[in-house]
Amino acid sequence: MFFRTAWLVLRKDVAIEAKSWEVVTTTLFFAVSCVLIFAFALVKDGRAVGDAAAGILWIAISFSGTLALGRTFERERYAETLRALLLAPAPRAALYTGKLMGMLALLGLAELLLVPLVALLFQASAMFSRPLLLAGLLAGGTVGFCAVGTLFAAMLVRARSRDVLLPILLYPIIIPVIIAGVRGTAALLSAPPDEPTAIMWIGVLTAFDIVFVTLALWTFEPLMTE
Amino acid sequence: MPTSASVDFDTVQVVDVSRHFGRRRAIANVSFEAKSGDILGLLGPNGAGKSTLITMLATLATPSKGEIRYGGESPARLGPGLRTRIGLLAHELHLYPELSAKQNLRFFAELHGLAPHPLIDEALESAGLADRADDAVSSFSRGMRQRLALERSLLHAPRLVLFDEPFTGLDDRAVGLIADRLRRLAANGAIVLLATHDLDMAEGLVNRVALIRNGRLLADEPASPGLRAQYRAIIGAQ
Repeated sequence: MFFRTAWLVLRKDVAIEAKSWEVVTTTLFFAVSCVLIFAFALVKDGRAVGDAAAGILWIAISFSGTLALGRTFERERYAETLRALLLAPAPRAALYTGKLMGMLALLGLAELLLVPLVALLFQASAMFSRPLLLAGLLAGGTVGFCAVGTLFAAMLVRARSRDVLLPILLYPIIIPVIIAGVRGTAALLSAPPDEPTAIMWIGVLTAFDIVFVTLALWTFEPLMTE
Repeated sequence: MPTSASVDFDTVQVVDVSRHFGRRRAIANVSFEAKSGDILGLLGPNGAGKSTLITMLATLATPSKGEIRYGGESPARLGPGLRTRIGLLAHELHLYPELSAKQNLRFFAELHGLAPHPLIDEALESAGLADRADDAVSSFSRGMRQRLALERSLLHAPRLVLFDEPFTGLDDRAVGLIADRLRRLAANGAIVLLATHDLDMAEGLVNRVALIRNGRLLADEPASPGLRAQYRAIIGAQ
């Protein structure tokens, strides 16, 4: 029942998105705009500043992810459908898992666009030299960001100032994710690529993911009924 | 913990329940019991605490004090399976406007572990929306959405039916249809709790009334033919 419920929530979100394209288009448009603006500011005479590529990639992921979190849960607020979801006869953590999977899919799609764009605009094609390590960093960082973000966005769905509160609550907690993502990606961009450092940061991200996914699954039900 | 299939009950007991939101007290020491076949009207002015009570009965919030028992058991003991026996229709209709009527019903049927066919066809027929099954809910009138939401809330044949201001924005015909449906549900053994401040709608429909004001239960008694006078005598006298 747990995974079936999670799958149903994910399938429903995809069906809604397939009709409106609202969240996908705004997220991707914002992510690309973010990278383009930084490219205009930080690329001079065809050369990017220092480790800018790694920082810009993770800023674009986290900013567009924050926008997507807000929009995804706005949909559940509009007709109070979150309450109907909470009435499903399944562990309520399954709803969290379904929403988390939707966010992971959305940010995964954004990253498919962002990584080549950042590599192109910031002359950072070296990040493709270790594709598995890059995928590990992106996966670990995205899971960590979405695990915390999905929990907070669900908690704030009925709060009047949710758009302001979400980044205020979210960013202090996901700073380790962003630091690990940036430092790990920068290690891949160094010449030669610093594999041990990248692997170390993937380990940090994995530990963060395990802790925060467990905490979110554990606290989702009491937080949503209090 | 009982399995989903085995969860059933024929009484709901609210035992000395209080609910606070920060320092604000929404419900204070409320106790009452509803049995199978009851249509219990939770009546009171706006802000009396009716919706908070409905929310707690639906397991969407927990009491700050006291407990709610379903057939003598706590929600914690009955587990998520309890929710297979609870149906909620609130003023907000709990429908996805982007999805069609059929997609909405299919999603909520599957969420409750039910086979969608022929259930959703019957529900669409009952809502009078069989010919609009594939239209987006956003294109429906308020009355059509309300009828669809009613079927959505009853798809899983709940024992405890919680309706919070279900008549808002409906014409007389739609109100009559919902009232008839509530009577049939109660006759078939459901426990129906109807929260409303609209006494005209409740008159002749509810067989018991629980009168609430400022979070306190002022009366729990059989409904009398002059419901408005009964209401004024208790709520107006306080």
